[in-house]
Amino acid sequence: MQLDEFFVTGEPLIYGGMVSIALVTIAILFILTYFKKWGWLWREWLTTVDHKKIGVMYILSALAMLFRGGVDAMMMRVQLAFPNMNFLNAQHYDEIFTTHGTVMIIFMAMPFLIGLMNIIVPLQIGARDFAFPYLNALSFWSFLFGAMLFNISFVIGGSPDAGWTSYTPLAGAAMSPGPGQNFYLMGLQLSGIGTLATGINLMVTILKMRAPKMKMFQMPIFTWSTLITSFIIVFAFPILTVALALMTLDRIFGAQFFTLTGEGMPMMWANLFWMWGHPEVYIVILPAFGIFSEVICTFARKQLFGYKAMVWAIILIAGLSFLVWVHHFFTMGAGAFVNSVFSISTMLIAVPTGVKIFNWLGTLYKSKIKNTVAMMWALAFIPSFVIGGVTGVMLGMASADYQFHNTYFLVAHFHYVLIAGTVFACFSGLVFWYPKMFGHKLNERIGKWSFWFFVIGFHVCFFPQYFVGLDGMPRRVFTIIPEWMPLNIISTIGAFGMGAGFAIFVFCILYSYRYSEREKSGDSWGDGRTLEWATPTPVPFYNFATLPEIDSQDAYVKLKEEGRTTFEEDKLEPIHMPNNTGQPIIMMGFLFFASFGLVFEWMWMAIAFLIAGLIMMVVRSFDYDEGYHVEVDEIKRIERSARGL
Amino acid sequence: MKSMKQLMKKGLALAPLSLVLLLSGCELAVLDPKGPVAQTQYDLIMYSIIFMLFIVVVVFGAFAFMVIRYRENRPGRKESDYDPHMHGNNLIEIVWTVIPFVIVIALSIPTVDSLFELEKPPEAAAGEEQKEPLVIYATTADWKWFFSYPEENIETVNYLHIPTDRPIEFKLSSADAMTALWIPRLGGQKYNMAGMENTLYLQADEEGVYDGRNSNFNGEGFTKQTFEVYAESEEDYNSWVEETQSSAPELSQEEYDELLKPGLTVEAEYSSTHLEFVDHGTNEGRDYAIERHYDLYGDLMHLYSDQDAEDFMDEENDDDHESSVE
Ligand code: HEM
Ligand SMILES: [Cu+2]
Ligand SMILES: [Cu+2]
Repeated sequence: MQLDEFFVTGEPLIYGGMVSIALVTIAILFILTYFKKWGWLWREWLTTVDHKKIGVMYILSALAMLFRGGVDAMMMRVQLAFPNMNFLNAQHYDEIFTTHGTVMIIFMAMPFLIGLMNIIVPLQIGARDFAFPYLNALSFWSFLFGAMLFNISFVIGGSPDAGWTSYTPLAGAAMSPGPGQNFYLMGLQLSGIGTLATGINLMVTILKMRAPKMKMFQMPIFTWSTLITSFIIVFAFPILTVALALMTLDRIFGAQFFTLTGEGMPMMWANLFWMWGHPEVYIVILPAFGIFSEVICTFARKQLFGYKAMVWAIILIAGLSFLVWVHHFFTMGAGAFVNSVFSISTMLIAVPTGVKIFNWLGTLYKSKIKNTVAMMWALAFIPSFVIGGVTGVMLGMASADYQFHNTYFLVAHFHYVLIAGTVFACFSGLVFWYPKMFGHKLNERIGKWSFWFFVIGFHVCFFPQYFVGLDGMPRRVFTIIPEWMPLNIISTIGAFGMGAGFAIFVFCILYSYRYSEREKSGDSWGDGRTLEWATPTPVPFYNFATLPEIDSQDAYVKLKEEGRTTFEEDKLEPIHMPNNTGQPIIMMGFLFFASFGLVFEWMWMAIAFLIAGLIMMVVRSFDYDEGYHVEVDEIKRIERSARGL
Repeated sequence: MKSMKQLMKKGLALAPLSLVLLLSGCELAVLDPKGPVAQTQYDLIMYSIIFMLFIVVVVFGAFAFMVIRYRENRPGRKESDYDPHMHGNNLIEIVWTVIPFVIVIALSIPTVDSLFELEKPPEAAAGEEQKEPLVIYATTADWKWFFSYPEENIETVNYLHIPTDRPIEFKLSSADAMTALWIPRLGGQKYNMAGMENTLYLQADEEGVYDGRNSNFNGEGFTKQTFEVYAESEEDYNSWVEETQSSAPELSQEEYDELLKPGLTVEAEYSSTHLEFVDHGTNEGRDYAIERHYDLYGDLMHLYSDQDAEDFMDEENDDDHESSVE
């Protein structure tokens, strides 16, 4: 392979991208070296097994991915604003919508939520870390290396261009030759390992490591939604793993699972993809529901309305989410009976979802709403998500879906649920828990500006898309006809509003880092209800000096009433903690290079690094590191200074 | 900030309503049905929109009420406006579970009904005789459409003629990637796949020229894979058929194989069909195109928005319907 085939050439935008990537990398290396931060970076971050630090790394990476996906989105909106735009050609546009979709779902939404889960779930249930801290670090590095592998396709080898759904036969070796589609397969496969491991890790953590006497039906609702999400992950991700592996065999090793030749079954990909894909959309919405529930209770200063119903609704949604995948291809011609069954199962999901909406409204009833930025994101979610939900039901009516499918009506639907659901929740949760993570709040005034820009921009961008879809505009076209222009211009303006909102949000983070008052109490908002607010800020690395017994929902409300804390000096005992380790990053680094080798079909490289990865696993198996103990005196010292005693 | 927010929420509540009213006036393709299939779908969509608007109005109303009334610093708040220990109410929870459930039933019945109806040719209006469907094989290849009329023994590329008031039975298949036939004003889409055949019934009640396209992404030329449907009276249609039969050339296998190469091509017509050599909708025909042109699918056209098939024909500079592949 020639060097000019290896690097993507000929596109000014890509040269620009290369230059900026190079500059940013040099700047980071320079800063790290100049301030002698390499050792610090390695000791404190790259080798950490602390769930809070891993969570922070997840969220920072997710924000970077949000930026990347957002730039993709802006470029698409520019191209679609007017007919005959030549900003992007067809091929470039195809690559960009493919990477946009994949990045946003796999490398932005999921890691963002997993980051919040990482930080908050152990704190909410009174655990000192995940059940398997080493595995947790492994998960993070698998995600990050998967994301990097996917993203370098931008400058090396060429991006995938068959859509985030990668339907075969289009995505097969015949019609999409070259490394592009391999980047998709290997990037998702690599990060998928981490997601699956996180699912298992969170499940065990929540089931086995709750504070003494905390019953399942006393767990905070965010923890509940995380638990159910973990179940979905554990059942759904293996399907993706297998599907990706089969397509990899097809593309790289000449198998014929999804090909047109040799009796392959291209349609099987669509089935496998959506058997994972539909549960996947619930993997990113259920934790969001959990975040909104926490934020709404806290700032409504009220107990959650219908806690049990909320929990059962989540369980029901999770169960149904495995029974509706066919609604993504009603138009495949499976017949009236099959479509009827899946229409009804799809619409049934709206019932528990509706119950949740009404329960949030019930929580607001007779409440005392405090208008913080986190609360505003949560409130904006309710009406916006309802629009996404009702149009989802319309899509669920198969015979009507024949007209909506593959159009901007569908695009509007899933952005209404994913942005108003998942993205609003990420912002809401980040703002809400920010003081717990970083020891200071985000500036509320700037936060409100970013909120209004983003929310108004969002509606201006996506509401018109329902109508341009009804006017026959298909998704994934790279240019429009004049009839569709007015609505598309509005859409593009809205997209820039959202871009401004995001920029202001980033500014808010930088501004607050510099100017916000540092937190003195652990209960930053004064209205905390769950155990994470019982810890001091900054949270000691062992989280809880002593674990309180829990006998009610809203554990911290009860603790406050009784004047108890998580620092009962007479009950202190040495705390067992795991040691940091560099193994996870090294192991995943090897698998990264193995995957990179597979992408270019350089077998020597793939095999060499796969062996290196296996050796790391063997090393891990003979690892007898038992961790260490934090002595009582040390705990006392840390807690006294953190609590200002 | 506060009052602005309330205004926003109210505006949000009214926006969908006003827009629907506004848009029922103009002609969004899907909401402008020109045949019985599109009409059935239009009716179902309108029926569902009524329920959806009802849900939106109820939720937005309740939401506005809560947010306005229970703000912390609303002037005139009373002690009794706050009850932090309220944790649920069985009656109301049952009510708001049952109502959505009933709505789902109300939506399911016409959905199922229409699903079965759309599997059959549209029925003739009362008092008119039921006509036999006209069979047209609609086949896609990157990035063009072939319409074969086996009875009439003619074939068109990238356009088709149909008679009005007669059901059309499309036999859908693809030579390569999965695509979908969609003519919004005549009815919803269905997939074309290689190695299998889907049946889609459509019908035009009004004469006119309708836009049709491939609506399922299949690579670089996807956006330009469109065609026009000329719906005309029985007589006009018949004379078009006769003219094509007598004046169009026959389609040779070499020429057809050439046309199958990935690329864009202009409209054309033939007085024979490609079904004589291959039916891509059968298991034997599924790898016909791939076997012949395997190496061409990776080539790029470098297609820009203001280009169409003609731009690529010029390059070749012959009037063969050759596609341009670099
Ligand atoms: C009331 C609940 C919902 C219903 C009834 C529903 C229904 C549907 C249906 C029928 C489709 C397929 C439409 C088509 O391809 O023609 C669809 C697509 C989609 N939905 Fe939903 N949905 C609901 C909620 C959600 C949620 C909560 C999410 C994620 C947060 C979501 C994300 C998506 C995505 C990403 C797609 C499109 C995927 C693609 O083709 O690229 N939906 N939905
Ligand atoms: Cu789905
Ligand atoms: Cu099929």
